[in-house]
Amino acid sequence: MRTAIISLVSGTLFGAGLALGGMTDPARVRGFLDIFGDWDPTLAFVMGGAVIVMAIAWRIVPRLAEPIFAGEFHLPTKSDLTPRLIGGAALFGIGWGIAGLCPGPGIAALVIEPASAAIFVVAMIAGMALVRFAEGPSS
Amino acid sequence: MSLPGFPEAAPLAGLAGGILIGLAAAVMLLGLGRIAGVSGLAAKAVGLGGSGIARGGAWMFIIGLPLGALIVMLASGGIDATFASPVVLAIAGLVVGIGTRLGSGCTSGHGVCGVSRLSTRSIVATVTFMATGIATVAIMNAFGLEVL
Repeated sequence: MRTAIISLVSGTLFGAGLALGGMTDPARVRGFLDIFGDWDPTLAFVMGGAVIVMAIAWRIVPRLAEPIFAGEFHLPTKSDLTPRLIGGAALFGIGWGIAGLCPGPGIAALVIEPASAAIFVVAMIAGMALVRFAEGPSS
Repeated sequence: MSLPGFPEAAPLAGLAGGILIGLAAAVMLLGLGRIAGVSGLAAKAVGLGGSGIARGGAWMFIIGLPLGALIVMLASGGIDATFASPVVLAIAGLVVGIGTRLGSGCTSGHGVCGVSRLSTRSIVATVTFMATGIATVAIMNAFGLEVL
């Protein structure tokens, strides 16, 4: 129950931040990626604001024996740079550039332009399913 | 407030939105001890691996995303958004889905949570997807492909 409530609070704050920062508008996101054209730096302010707050949060983590509402931390431990990671990130960037949407804004936009956002989200889940079935459930 | 030289930019709204996103990720990190990575949580919600969080928690986070956007939409009287055509959205969504699973994250997990942790993997992933995103838009523009 606590997990559900905290997750809902986090997701709602996240969605509000995306919408407020203009990230649910693909035109603004593509405007940021268009550095050789009519560049729109707004996304840099969004990323900067988020990274500054999270940099503070990461400094608090070592002072906590455990998370405030959970038994233990579950944080990524991998540190290896694999072709899979780099190739996957490269592919993600291509998809991001094509339509100006990444997963968070795509899902948040379901209330802004439901039909368009739903096509993106369903296709994204199909892409995730392709990886899952190509590699098996261990991945 | 506008940025000199960039009439289209919304730096204050962007910064405020970014701070909210950072707070959201901090709630997840300090509250539940987990990374607020949207692609991993979405995959978990639909039963395709991803985050180690309980599936119900993943769903609540995912449901919160449009809920938060809805609150901003109602409070501000509407949100501007221009979307690509259905075919373009389908292609982009498929590529984003494959890329985020292979790359273990997206703009939130790597770009916000990982970069702020100074994770080398996340910094490399973020530089990579920024570079290919910029290249994709540049190439599409060079060929006159207008999708929005």
